[in-house]
Amino acid sequence: MSGKKPVLEIRGLRTQFFLREGIVTALDGIDLTIYENESVGIVGETGCGKSMTAYSILRLVPHPGRITAGSIKYKGSELTTLDPDLMRSVRGTMISMIFQDASTALDPVFKIGSQLGEVISLHQNTYEKGELEKKIVEVLELVRIAAPKEVMRMYPHELSGGMKQRVMIALALSCSPSLLIADEPTTALDVTIQGQILKLLKGLVAKTGSSMMLITHNLGIVAETCDRVCVMYAGRIVEDAETFELFEHPKHPYTAGLLTAFPKLGEKKAELSVIRGTVPDLMNPFKGCPFVDRCDNAMGICSKQRPSRVEVSPGHFVSCHLWSGGESPDGG
Amino acid sequence: MADLVSYVIRKMLLAIPIILLATLIVFLMLYLTPGDPIIALAPPHASVVELDAIRDKYGLNEPAYVQYGLFLWRLVHGDLGISIGAATRNLDVSDLIVQRLPRTLELMGIGLAMSYSIGIPLGIFSALRHNSLGDRGVMVFTLLAYAMPSFWLGILLMLLFAVELGWLDIAGTTGGFGSIILPAMTLGIGNAALTTRMMRSSMLEVIRQDYITQLRSRGLPEREIIYKHALKNAILPVITVIGLDIGWFIGGSVVVETVFSWPGIGMLITTSISNSDFPVVQGCILVLAFFVIAGNLVADILYAYVDPRVRLG
Repeated sequence: MSGKKPVLEIRGLRTQFFLREGIVTALDGIDLTIYENESVGIVGETGCGKSMTAYSILRLVPHPGRITAGSIKYKGSELTTLDPDLMRSVRGTMISMIFQDASTALDPVFKIGSQLGEVISLHQNTYEKGELEKKIVEVLELVRIAAPKEVMRMYPHELSGGMKQRVMIALALSCSPSLLIADEPTTALDVTIQGQILKLLKGLVAKTGSSMMLITHNLGIVAETCDRVCVMYAGRIVEDAETFELFEHPKHPYTAGLLTAFPKLGEKKAELSVIRGTVPDLMNPFKGCPFVDRCDNAMGICSKQRPSRVEVSPGHFVSCHLWSGGESPDGG
Repeated sequence: MADLVSYVIRKMLLAIPIILLATLIVFLMLYLTPGDPIIALAPPHASVVELDAIRDKYGLNEPAYVQYGLFLWRLVHGDLGISIGAATRNLDVSDLIVQRLPRTLELMGIGLAMSYSIGIPLGIFSALRHNSLGDRGVMVFTLLAYAMPSFWLGILLMLLFAVELGWLDIAGTTGGFGSIILPAMTLGIGNAALTTRMMRSSMLEVIRQDYITQLRSRGLPEREIIYKHALKNAILPVITVIGLDIGWFIGGSVVVETVFSWPGIGMLITTSISNSDFPVVQGCILVLAFFVIAGNLVADILYAYVDPRVRLG
């Protein structure tokens, strides 16, 4: 990875929610680097902090949450302390986001053309009507919308789910950001449309040369789309490696569990494998590894000390006591 | 736009049976209310024959459906009958109404304008500063304003602004702004409170929607997000109840006009009821019903104009 320039560098990011009932630590020390022209998948189960990582990067953590520690650098400049007005100019032009459910992420009372035009005129200073319309049509064509001129004049409720997600992608890409965050972009869609949208996203990212951070809980999508994968668990990144490496040699017991739980075609199992137990309550701070109660290989140290992040092979990092000694427990 | 036009036409056609129903109810009022207006109309100690002659003159001996037909026929020609009240005997009801209606419309118009121009900004303010001291203050104010009966509030306002301070006229109309501000305020303040609360809760809901976060993620200025996108979505519930507001204002105007001796329809109704002047009461109620229906129609059209999704329904 040394030859590539990082687009985004996150170090020790902590995001907490200050509720009346107590403090919820949604993100607890995230380290993540995304390089140029790279697609990074963030996987993990619901509530593990995948989306919160995205919101933290854009500094859109909803109230009463906020970033309490760590740094987020975009091409070397710090975002966490950036002036709000400057932060606004980062959003949309440098870092852009696609939301999970396009049917709720488009303003229902404005036409598609008006919503796209608004973003384009804001960031590209295009106000002349004819020119603006040309740019809107261009970006709709980019996401392969047939009849862009008609779609421009439609309201979101007049479009199908797949079309809406294409419009979302058009909105996100309209100002050619260097980093595109896609938060479960296909979860709300039919399986047949999912493939189309992923293919489109992948193609567009390659074409525009931007990097992508793809948030999903679907390992199949990651295998197909991403160069590198980060596995998140209870607000931490427990393992990250190149996609092939991670799928072939999962080191963290949680990753291994996820991979076995994912049913494969042609494989017959009497019962689907599951990871026993449930995620820990993020309101109660834990000293050790968050996975300890569900881990079959847990040792005494696991509940006492937080595992540090170690590089087990080049570019493959894991935070687990099984590996922090430098020795593999099962010789693998 | 074509869908909007067809929506408006559909809504207007739907209003026709409602208007007919209103005329039927108003017509039946005559039969359902106690007291015989003919007795009031006839000279004292009139014989049965004389009474019957008067009934004949007013067409009251015809079968009910013929009378209703005649009533409708006259109605479409703008004829609401003649007054039988002591002070206004033999005057055209439509003339009496035309004389009084502008006063009531003026009062209601200013009252409505006041309630929206206070309620909408106050609701937005409250929602954007949710749970702050200002928000709580606004909530207390709305609770008080809504709970106060308008006849009492009207008297309080009169005491303060007209009697103590002498800034505004105490009652009646001089045609100037000084005479309308107190009755309009009395009429509008309850609705202002209601609008504030609706706007606040609707805004609070809208600013938590995904599309608002999405707009923020595009780097749009907060001003534009709130006053263009959030406002247009949040105002929808307020528009829906404009029709209901108008009905509420009509009811309120009867009370307020009496308190302030405002020469409008409300006062005409009150005096006509005590004079057993049935044609005038009927006419007034019919005209007010028409305004309620028209108000609802306007609200429906406005709603469809702002929210394209309802045009399909």
